[in-house]
Amino acid sequence: MNGVERRKNVQRLAVLAAFSVLILIVFVISMNTGFSRLSPLEVFQTLFGMGTEKQELILFEFRLPRIVISLLVGAGLAVSGCIMQGISRNALADPSILGVSHGAGVMVVLYLSFFPTQLDVPVLFLPVLAFIGSSLAAALVFGLAYEKHEGLLPTRLVLTGVAVAAGLSALMTVLSLRLSRELYQFVAVWLVGSIWGTTWDYVLALLPWIIVLFAFVYYKALVLDVLSFGKNVATGLGASVSKEQVKLLAAAVGLASACVSVSGGIGFVGLIGPHLARRLIGPNHKYLLPASALAGALLLLTADTIGRTILQPSEIHAGIVVAIIGAPYFLYLLARSNH
Amino acid sequence: MEIRKTDTVVNLHSRPWSAMMVLVVGVFVIIFGIALSISVGAANIQLSTVWEALVHYNPNRTEHAIIQDLRLPRSLADVLVGAGFAVAGAIMQGMTRNPLADAGLLGLNAGSAMMVAVCFAFLPGLSYNSLILFSFLGAAVAAGLVYGISSLVRGGLTPVRLVLAGAAVSALFTALSEGIAIHFQLGQELAFWYAGGVAGVKWSQLKIMFPWIAAALIGALLLSRSITLLSLGDEVATGLGQKTTLVKMAGTIIVLLLAGVSVSAVGPIGFVGLVVPHVARFFVGIDYRWIIPCSAVLGGGFMLVADIGARMINPPYETPIGVLFALIGVPFFLYVARKGRREFS
Repeated sequence: MNGVERRKNVQRLAVLAAFSVLILIVFVISMNTGFSRLSPLEVFQTLFGMGTEKQELILFEFRLPRIVISLLVGAGLAVSGCIMQGISRNALADPSILGVSHGAGVMVVLYLSFFPTQLDVPVLFLPVLAFIGSSLAAALVFGLAYEKHEGLLPTRLVLTGVAVAAGLSALMTVLSLRLSRELYQFVAVWLVGSIWGTTWDYVLALLPWIIVLFAFVYYKALVLDVLSFGKNVATGLGASVSKEQVKLLAAAVGLASACVSVSGGIGFVGLIGPHLARRLIGPNHKYLLPASALAGALLLLTADTIGRTILQPSEIHAGIVVAIIGAPYFLYLLARSNH
Repeated sequence: MEIRKTDTVVNLHSRPWSAMMVLVVGVFVIIFGIALSISVGAANIQLSTVWEALVHYNPNRTEHAIIQDLRLPRSLADVLVGAGFAVAGAIMQGMTRNPLADAGLLGLNAGSAMMVAVCFAFLPGLSYNSLILFSFLGAAVAAGLVYGISSLVRGGLTPVRLVLAGAAVSALFTALSEGIAIHFQLGQELAFWYAGGVAGVKWSQLKIMFPWIAAALIGALLLSRSITLLSLGDEVATGLGQKTTLVKMAGTIIVLLLAGVSVSAVGPIGFVGLVVPHVARFFVGIDYRWIIPCSAVLGGGFMLVADIGARMINPPYETPIGVLFALIGVPFFLYVARKGRREFS
């Protein structure tokens, strides 16, 4: 390893470390903010087991699971977006823009409309259902954007995704009209995107998916590098392109649907996370994947914290905050990448 | 090959006879649709009673009151708004030479919806006339954003990218209006209106809406010749002696008016402006002097029929009409996105 390479590595590690420190800072801020005020000192006392019962309840049962879920969902969506951008070679790909999240949403609403009383039971079951839904949506979108001799067409992919997302959210609205008032509200919030599963059960339901799939994707980092050169180069380098694309896409869909099943259709995280990471750390997926995960986690945690604090006592859903940041960024990317 | 060639030649010509047919049939559909739309609903009313209510109005009969106060303004609003969205779409498609242009897809509807949310929140009790003005402003801001971004890029945005820019602008404005709705607890009022509430239109609204839309439609007809020229490309239009900038300005103002007024009355309904002009073009060819009137008639009829459908799918509940259009419009959009570019170039 020569000097330049070593310096680059130090730089990359520094970026990762900076992200981690930022996450830690936002984490502490987020722990301190909320409906009932706790001073930072009280928070630390409670964290080390010296708080009152009420303080413990607030921190361990309300705030901490929500924060952990924000982090996991942010990381999962960003990694999912990173994979989709890599295999489709389209800088604008992201689970919600491609309609994959909406597929998951339709399944969740379908389940709720047939078993409306069991809102609490299917916590562990929801990611599976969401996975089925988003796989179908992904198959539809990617199928329509695939041309036999040219492989995936990047632009058509996004266009198809936008349309399928619009259709699926209309379908969700139709389904939800037949539901009770609370469930209708639930669907409305779902479409905006909000961290709604906020108990430890949801953390347990989400964690295995994130860990296993992230490990798998990280193992495939080199393949992702090769695929992002395009079909011909990748074939020339000895990758079986279609097979690897399908495997990685399945992993991306899995990650997205696990996240979406507890967070609703939060958009733009899967878009911005990887972009931010790529700017700071370069296109090498071995570093890009973890950096995307950290960037996504940071982004969503920040958005959720802002949403909880800025208009107290009412809460802005994280999805709205992310969209307000994300949409202008998307436009900026669009304007830059036309030529 | 030979046959296909003649086929395209036929397609490219305008077909006045076919257009006349579309107009006549369309007007009949609208008249029949209005009658049908008045008679179906939560309370079914005989067609003879409908006629009676129109000719000999008797305020003591409930049925007559329903017809005069609820059903008739609703049906008329359907026609006006449908025509408005469709013509707005037709003008945008012609001016930008983009087969995917539509007030909903390019974010105009979301922009005016946001301004309406702002009005609900900060200026309650605003007169409907000023609401229209704000709605118009919202559409203008959204259009400014989308076209601004497009003009930043050398050579302009491709049709596909323009749609993506529209989607992002829509997402932004929708998020903002959701935020406003949640903070000011307007969710209930806005939610219904977002989903496309033709049901709540009143006579007073209709009276204010009508002159705006009528004026804009007449303007569109006057402009239609120039739009045909523009649809051949800026260079050709300039070469034929047209002041392209002037025409584009006028066209944009008409589009903003149509979209703004329509949204302020019934909420952001997408895809009407996408689908209808394509259908019109299929029948009458490429001449906007025919496409625009046919789009108006077809749009009005289409909206009316869809509204009747929305009431009959799941009675006594009403299915939001915007949802219905999305379900029809999305497959159509995909079809146009795959095939359309060839047709236009």
